[in-house]
Amino acid sequence: MSVERDVMEYDVVVVGAGPAGLSAACRLKQKAAEAGQDISVCVVEKGSEVGAHILSGAVFEPRALNELFPDWKAKGAPLNVPVAGDEIYFFRSESAAFKMPNLFVPKTMHNEGNYVISLGNLCRWLAKQAEDLGVEIYPGFAAQHAIVEPGPDGGVIKGVQIGDMGINREGERKPDFTPGMELRAKYTLFAEGCRGHLGKQLIAQYQLDKDADAQHYGIGIKEIWTVPPEKHKPGLVVHTAGWPLSLTGTDALGGSFLYHFENNQVVVGLIVDLSYTNPYLSPFDEFQRLKHHPVIRKHLEGGTRTSYGARAICKGGLNSLPKMVFPGGALIGCDLGTLNFAKIKGSHTAMKSGMLAAEAVAEALLAGDEGGKALDSYPAKFKASWLHDELFRSRNFGPIMHKFGALIGGALNYMEQNWFGGNFPFTVHDLKPDYKSLKPAAESAKIEYPKPDGKLSFDKLSSVFLSSTNHEEDQPIHLQLKDPSIPIAKNLPMYAEPAQRYCPAGVYEVVGEGDAKRFQINAQNCVHCKTCDIKDPAQNINWVAPEGGGGPNYANM
Amino acid sequence: MKALVSVKRVVDYNVRIQVKSDGTGVVTDGVKHSMNPFDEIAMEEAVRLKEKGKVTEIVAVTIGGDKNEETLRTALAFGADRAIHIKEAGEVQPLTAAKAFAAVLKKEGAQLFIAGKQAIDDDANQTGQMVAALLDIAQATFASKVEVEGNKAIVTREVDAGLETLEVDLPAVITADLRLNEPRYLKLPDIMKAKKKPVETVSFADLGVTPAAGLKTTKTVPPPSRSKGIVVKTVDELVSALKAKGLV
Amino acid sequence: MSKILVIAEHAEGKLNASVSKTLAVAEKIGGETHVAVLAADGAAVAAEAAKLAGVAKVLVVNNAANAQPTSAVLAPQIVELAKQGYTHVLFPGTTFGKDLAPRVAAKLDVQQVSDIMAVHGASSFDRPTYAGNAITTVEAPAGTVVATVRLASFNAVAQTGSAAVETVSVSAALPTHTRFVKLEAQKSERPDLQSAAKVVSGGRALGSSENFKVVYALADKIGAGVGASRAAVDSGYVPNDMQVGQTGKIIAPELYIAVGISGAIQHLAGIKDARTIVAINKDPEAPIFEVADFGLVGDLFQVLPEMTAKL
Repeated sequence: MSVERDVMEYDVVVVGAGPAGLSAACRLKQKAAEAGQDISVCVVEKGSEVGAHILSGAVFEPRALNELFPDWKAKGAPLNVPVAGDEIYFFRSESAAFKMPNLFVPKTMHNEGNYVISLGNLCRWLAKQAEDLGVEIYPGFAAQHAIVEPGPDGGVIKGVQIGDMGINREGERKPDFTPGMELRAKYTLFAEGCRGHLGKQLIAQYQLDKDADAQHYGIGIKEIWTVPPEKHKPGLVVHTAGWPLSLTGTDALGGSFLYHFENNQVVVGLIVDLSYTNPYLSPFDEFQRLKHHPVIRKHLEGGTRTSYGARAICKGGLNSLPKMVFPGGALIGCDLGTLNFAKIKGSHTAMKSGMLAAEAVAEALLAGDEGGKALDSYPAKFKASWLHDELFRSRNFGPIMHKFGALIGGALNYMEQNWFGGNFPFTVHDLKPDYKSLKPAAESAKIEYPKPDGKLSFDKLSSVFLSSTNHEEDQPIHLQLKDPSIPIAKNLPMYAEPAQRYCPAGVYEVVGEGDAKRFQINAQNCVHCKTCDIKDPAQNINWVAPEGGGGPNYANM
Repeated sequence: MKALVSVKRVVDYNVRIQVKSDGTGVVTDGVKHSMNPFDEIAMEEAVRLKEKGKVTEIVAVTIGGDKNEETLRTALAFGADRAIHIKEAGEVQPLTAAKAFAAVLKKEGAQLFIAGKQAIDDDANQTGQMVAALLDIAQATFASKVEVEGNKAIVTREVDAGLETLEVDLPAVITADLRLNEPRYLKLPDIMKAKKKPVETVSFADLGVTPAAGLKTTKTVPPPSRSKGIVVKTVDELVSALKAKGLV
Repeated sequence: MSKILVIAEHAEGKLNASVSKTLAVAEKIGGETHVAVLAADGAAVAAEAAKLAGVAKVLVVNNAANAQPTSAVLAPQIVELAKQGYTHVLFPGTTFGKDLAPRVAAKLDVQQVSDIMAVHGASSFDRPTYAGNAITTVEAPAGTVVATVRLASFNAVAQTGSAAVETVSVSAALPTHTRFVKLEAQKSERPDLQSAAKVVSGGRALGSSENFKVVYALADKIGAGVGASRAAVDSGYVPNDMQVGQTGKIIAPELYIAVGISGAIQHLAGIKDARTIVAINKDPEAPIFEVADFGLVGDLFQVLPEMTAKL
């Protein structure tokens, strides 16, 4: 069925109103204003509002923001809580820990001058700045396809098509069917965050990753707690490694964070590397039990949990960066993979990548470019920037951790960062993609997780409830199985279908007994973290954008 | 015929409400807000009446701070022709809101005032009725069907006893219930156009409205959690327990 | 001392049960309570109202215009009555009271208190906001307190009264801009989920849409609406519009029977205002039992038919 679509033309369309996309949009307008010209910029965002799908720790390094808005303080940017102290612990067991003396803290983990923030609120502020500069932002609209003008080498990207609204579960049009419009642009910047569903297609279409190491991912799960005022120490930053994940081994890596934010809020979270090997591992349950560790518990006891969410992160860094540009567009931020995992920070790097891409696009457009080119000036600017320098210094962190584990790897990283200034004279590579890391269930030990106590730890569904997630019920399932038989026929016998456990939102279940077993997808629960798209050992789950406005409604995340 | 539609900016219905631990209210900072869902239904009805040729102009009106402009833009994207923003940053209770809407209705000479039956934040369910009372005009609340014929409206209302039909002379107040219609998806081109439609800003003083004395909220707490009841052993026990409570 | 006027809802010569619950609020406020019956001929209704405990006097306003009561016609008459020294005018929180009370309050130039669910004093009340997710304590300003009563929060008063009945006349001018056309009772088929007084809901334990028939059988036996958990909807057993819970319908029936529903928090969020919750589930650990007034651990395929037969 063909439909007539409305079309709007812009100079630049940005997909995703996160730190990268909004910084790019602001920068484009700034550059145009400097030149006394106009560049029309449109940002589309699948969340119901800007910030609804943003989830980050977050300790924020203001370097890129200082460049984008030197007067951010006067403009009221929500950077209200300077980091007041850093603590790093290695957890040896569920009750034992040793605190890393400050002397041995790697330079990348020092947070003086940084702020504990809500990235969602920073994005809301950035959106306001962007709109004041003349950017059009449309939340609640999901870009569903890139518009490709066919041609050699994958063709030229001409913008995006917004997803249709009003289609029922069976794929038929409902009475309120509304076709998505085409947003055409000279250049399209993709800023969907980690594992963007268009970014993934573009990387494949243009083979952008053919010279890069495999991308590596983690899943970050986060909660916001309100604690009694006497327990609240604004600006305190705590990081941990080890239990409940591996301290000396490499089969389950990751680390936790706990930050004291404003308004008696404490945020706590766990990042689990998606290179974990045991299919019985459940990142959600690891996080729940982590909170019972005395070092974490003492911050939360007596408080109430008010919010929950999860999001995958790209942690491959410089070695895994795909090519940034293709005809008519570019990848920026975590859609590209600019997070600095040694710092566990991706916001300032995302912002910077967006700004660099924007500068390249602005220069071209202001010089009369009609669009459609692969703008090599963007990667050139990247190579010349502090962003490249920073990612270069941290390039070995992930691979070293994967090879040596948290403790030894941590020591090596300390040596590299503090003694070699991030300049080990060699680069460590890690070529195995995360979806290939699972061992068969038969070779893995089952993990018995403790029952949640309802005070510190909780079950999945009551957690998802706190993410205020909603999707229109009657729409096609947005978690597509390339082969619907794989979960039960292959993944179940081989890996005890790990989707049941790696999904932090209870989307996937195997229900029924014996021959009646089937794979149930509770798509309404999905918090858009993309872990399934990454970790499914058969790479059989394809995450696509549901109807615009669906998904979590995070506040202060 | 001109229709005035009031739209309120409220915490989005998908957001899980958190009561502040100090009992001073609910958390609204950093929380998604959107147009009161019943007001969306009211907007949709106005647009349908316009599409049927019964209404010629739709004016959306809101009361609130700067951010309410977003709500008006949503109304304009639905199909309002223009909008009036009554700027008032503080809390406005129904009687005061009604006085302001009544003043606008009079000034505009609108024949229809369509509103949601209640806002999902204060759940007061008063404003529409109060507008009608202040102007001594007809009201048809909890509407599930509206037909406009000449200077009359035939309105089907969802009442406890079933469906009541009223015939009201215009001007009249109609408040929308859930089943009146299903609001359409906003189209991106309409949202784009809405950015360019006119929004007039007025104050209570401009309208000659003095805020009425309001209810003072002294405490806000979460609802008490349900406690565990009894576990019965047999169906007979359950049936007699339900019978004893007069439930079956 | 408070002087309280309770507005009687009635139809076809019978007093509505909501009036007795509204009187429970008058009792808690304390003072002299009168019930006003506005009707074409209010004698029978007034006689019923006179029997309710705590009523000092029943005022009857007979007027042919009151035969099919509309708020536009009733409000001016009530305003006249209220001006005779009443400190409180209370309405049942029915569609009748919700439609009428604000019209009276605005005419008296006072802010209204909607949905009183607890009484702390003559002008201090609890009322629900945010769909019951936040309970506020409010202090009414000086002037007449006009309020509606949340019926689910109060029990009916006893029928031990013997109040005097007094016929009064009011001089208010009555408008003609509002005309009653008809009232159609709800069709007698299965009641609508959202407004049903009783609801039976099925969960994933039903196992198939075919098996849902045991739920329908019980519901039809007791005149209940039928709902479902999100899991049952997601499994395709029943259509989306039957979903009860946070992202589906939020309901507040007098009786809610959850069959084979574990009680995920999304579901519980949709039924927290139900008066009585019954849980039938084979898993004694299911969270639904934590909130159920009556729980029965057992196989729903045995329990339901047995229950249907015995009711």
